[in-house]
Amino acid sequence: MIWLAWRQFRTQAITAAVALAVVAIVAAATGPGIASAYTSSGLPGCHTSCATDASNFFVGLNRLDLLLYFGSFLLMYLAPALMGIFWGAPLIAREVETGTHRIAWNQTVTRTRWILVKLALVGLAAVATAGLLSLIVTWWANPISHAALSSGGQVSGFVPRLDPPVFDARGVAPLGYAAFAFALGVTAGVLLRRTLPAMAVTLVAFAVIQVLVPNLVRPHLLPPTHVTEPLNFQHRPIGANVNAATGQLAGLQLAGPVAKPGAWVLSDVIVTPSGAKLPNVTITPSGAELTVPPKACTFGAAGPGPTGPHDCRSVLAAMHLRQSVTWQPASRFWPLQYIETGIYLVLAAGLGWVCAAQLGRRRTA
Amino acid sequence: MTNATAAIEARGLGKRYGRRWALADCTLSIPAGQVVGLVGPNGAGKTTLISLATGMLAPTTGTVEVLGGAPASGPDQLARVGYVAQDTPTYAGLSVADHLRLGARLNPRWDAALARDRIGQLGLDLKQKAGKLSGGQRAQLALTLALAKQPELLILDEPIASLDPRARREFLQVLMNAVAEQELSVVISSHQVADLERVSDYLIVLVDSRVRVDGTVENLLATHHLLTGPRREAGSLPASLQVITESHTGRQSTFLVRSSEPIVDPAWTAEEVSLEDLVLAYLGHAAGSQNQMLEVN
Amino acid sequence: MIWLTWRQFRPQTITAAIALAATAIVLAATRPGLIASYTHAGLPACHAHCAAIASLFIDGVGSFDHILYFGSIALMYLAPALIGLFWGAPLIAREVETGTHRIAWNQSVTSTRWTLAKLGLVGLAAVATAGLLSLMVTWWASPIDHAASLAGGSVQVAAGGGDGVHSSWYVLDRLEPVVFAARGVAPLGYAAFAFALGVTVGVLLRRTLPAMAVTLVAFAVIQVLVPNLVRPHLVPPAHVTAPLNVQTASFQPAETVGSAVGEIRVTQNFTKPDAWVLSNIIITPSGAGLTVPPQACTFGAAGPDPAGLGDCKSALAAMHLRQYVTYQPASRFWPLQWAETGIYLVLAAGLGWVCVWQVRRRRAP
Repeated sequence: MIWLAWRQFRTQAITAAVALAVVAIVAAATGPGIASAYTSSGLPGCHTSCATDASNFFVGLNRLDLLLYFGSFLLMYLAPALMGIFWGAPLIAREVETGTHRIAWNQTVTRTRWILVKLALVGLAAVATAGLLSLIVTWWANPISHAALSSGGQVSGFVPRLDPPVFDARGVAPLGYAAFAFALGVTAGVLLRRTLPAMAVTLVAFAVIQVLVPNLVRPHLLPPTHVTEPLNFQHRPIGANVNAATGQLAGLQLAGPVAKPGAWVLSDVIVTPSGAKLPNVTITPSGAELTVPPKACTFGAAGPGPTGPHDCRSVLAAMHLRQSVTWQPASRFWPLQYIETGIYLVLAAGLGWVCAAQLGRRRTA
Repeated sequence: MTNATAAIEARGLGKRYGRRWALADCTLSIPAGQVVGLVGPNGAGKTTLISLATGMLAPTTGTVEVLGGAPASGPDQLARVGYVAQDTPTYAGLSVADHLRLGARLNPRWDAALARDRIGQLGLDLKQKAGKLSGGQRAQLALTLALAKQPELLILDEPIASLDPRARREFLQVLMNAVAEQELSVVISSHQVADLERVSDYLIVLVDSRVRVDGTVENLLATHHLLTGPRREAGSLPASLQVITESHTGRQSTFLVRSSEPIVDPAWTAEEVSLEDLVLAYLGHAAGSQNQMLEVN
Repeated sequence: MIWLTWRQFRPQTITAAIALAATAIVLAATRPGLIASYTHAGLPACHAHCAAIASLFIDGVGSFDHILYFGSIALMYLAPALIGLFWGAPLIAREVETGTHRIAWNQSVTSTRWTLAKLGLVGLAAVATAGLLSLMVTWWASPIDHAASLAGGSVQVAAGGGDGVHSSWYVLDRLEPVVFAARGVAPLGYAAFAFALGVTVGVLLRRTLPAMAVTLVAFAVIQVLVPNLVRPHLVPPAHVTAPLNVQTASFQPAETVGSAVGEIRVTQNFTKPDAWVLSNIIITPSGAGLTVPPQACTFGAAGPDPAGLGDCKSALAAMHLRQYVTYQPASRFWPLQWAETGIYLVLAAGLGWVCVWQVRRRRAP
């Protein structure tokens, strides 16, 4: 049975091996260059205000490296989906479509054993492929991750690894995705019994799930940290965004960006004493910005900086605003990875059980 | 009824895949206006010959002409030839009605009334998807598609091989009725001689990628004899007798021979040969030196 | 033939219609908000300080619109590939695989006519789908594209207080490769080409799943190569030369891998946010690139000497270096789009001819 499963899977295995080899070669060729640029940028030994070093490092990355960096994300997103479509969906559907299941299910192995062996063998291959890819990509992008961490999220285009786009492409998460996408494909194939529709359905379902999970599920896998602090306007400058065309004040910065390097900020709201959200507040990368400033804070052609008892600071302070931030700290990266991977693996196992049960019900002649 | 043009005219026709010749050196003139059986074991080249005749394949050597024209050379040529392929493929996702609409749209000579009548007689549900039909029903659907386009020549590749005896009989019945009604030429292939015996006027025996013998059934039966007599070697027979198979016991020899003249030698008992035995004999003959020595007690 | 093609293509048409409708709804629902903040920023008819105003607008775009911006770009990349995979590869391969070509090629239509009808009708549907998607996405993103052409690249937000200058999220001008492929008429060419590629591979391989895999890989490779190797030369790029101003240029230490000697690299900014910069190098008066830096700009194992920067600057100034920029100006957007789409359409037609030729050669018994 194992031989049969391998023999049927041979072409896909070779394709995967070739793809892995190509990725490994490209990574090996370009990785050391990035690593040495990192060490020479002064970032490894830097402890405070590393933003300039980080910026220099990022600027120094050449076009190929940037292309590869963003390309590696694409690769990590696509790999599980492709495995679900090309390895999962046809696994059973193709056999039923071509009628070869009538050979397979009349050998001296039960249907259950047949499908379990196929699921296990190809599923393992999928997880191994995703794991190797993730290993290569994580190793290659390691300097960039560290630099992004040091820059405190202040360099555009490079976000810390807890943020959803990066989280999905690092660590052990891709293993869970690959196992799940594969199992999803097999299940679609078993239920629909036709390869092409199963592929399409798998693609859509997996895409939807991969969009929903980081936004709805992952924030709550571990209880996030929640802090509410009163905003103090007395002892710090208030940032002002000026509309350069009109000279008018376009926005008032109530709070700076959440200063937690590497953290994944889930929500950042300004609340009034009653607990309600303050209206007209946009969260920008520079922090929470009030887009409709109170009258005392506006100014005319003379320029900013009113003074006096009813000045801008007093008005703001009188509002008794508080900033309520919810975030997952950077240290949660690996716990979240493991939990999420665990969940996906359990789901994959569940789908595998569904497949075996469905076949056992003998509805396919 | 018999056209001057042959239904299928092949000259030196051959098809090679890599080093293997699926069909070699085939020269045939299949007459029109008859039901022609193409018989031979699996792998003999029947499907290859039919694929070449329907234009699904291009020949490696030689030429083939169907009803005087090159196969599949244009809409007119295509309209004259109907084809039911092996395993009678149908579009699994299309309903019976969709198949009829397919035929109507793609064939200018489509006879919609005929198609509807046949489907009605067969009792097929128009809305049923073809993938859900039984094997016999699919075969009938494929046959209807081929017949309703009113071809001059109908080519069928092992259409009844996977049908049960009843479905088989019904299929052949429908086919024979159509032949009578529409004045069709038919070329039907099978590896079962018994099926063809009932319906064929003309027989072609294909073994190991070559045509071994062909002719009207009458002629074949008249020219092949089973000779029994005292023990002799094959070489000692008159040259006009072509030995197909031989078997010997201690004192007796039995030969299956082909001869254009009647056998008059009183030393021999000449018997008629059944078509099945004839084909089997040619099978053995083609095996060459691996002649089976049939021990007859 | 038209009826048969439609009947066989029905499920795919319905899927495409649903996808288009869903996209239309999501984009139409979010655009008014985008337009509101666009007009509020004063962008449509901006006379002065446009870069800053544009930055302001981009900075204030909400996170959901942010996701839609990149999601819509991803959609425009995926759509042609999916069309090639699910509409192109199975078109003929599936018929041959299931044996129904023996029905199809024995009706009173020649296989040539049959192939042309299928190619033409489904190809038209592919182009129309891609066209509608591109229309919707380009329309939706037009405020952001306009702002990007004014501000471009890393957007700098001038914050009056806090920690100085921050960068907001990345937007790219529409000439940049990433965005270019997701705007205008280019997606029509990609869809036609991917479709034709899929059909051709299907005709040659005669099996659907391998055809899908090969189409995917081939299309991906081409889509990576064309923007980098072909597009820059479709229309001869423009050049600009400017003297190197050592006071405003950027200096950055760089260690050459495997060498004990490092050099301080100098680059001068080219501030044209709506241009696609192909290369920006420093050249000597003779026109050659600056390959050997002056002694004052190199450093040894000790690392770069901050005090020595002044010497380096003087040395460079004495060499009378110039900055040589090769770029495609913003006005080239539509010429490049038409040129590239034309090429892809011609390629698609060529592939279509190959299909017809191969089907005529009667390769399938």
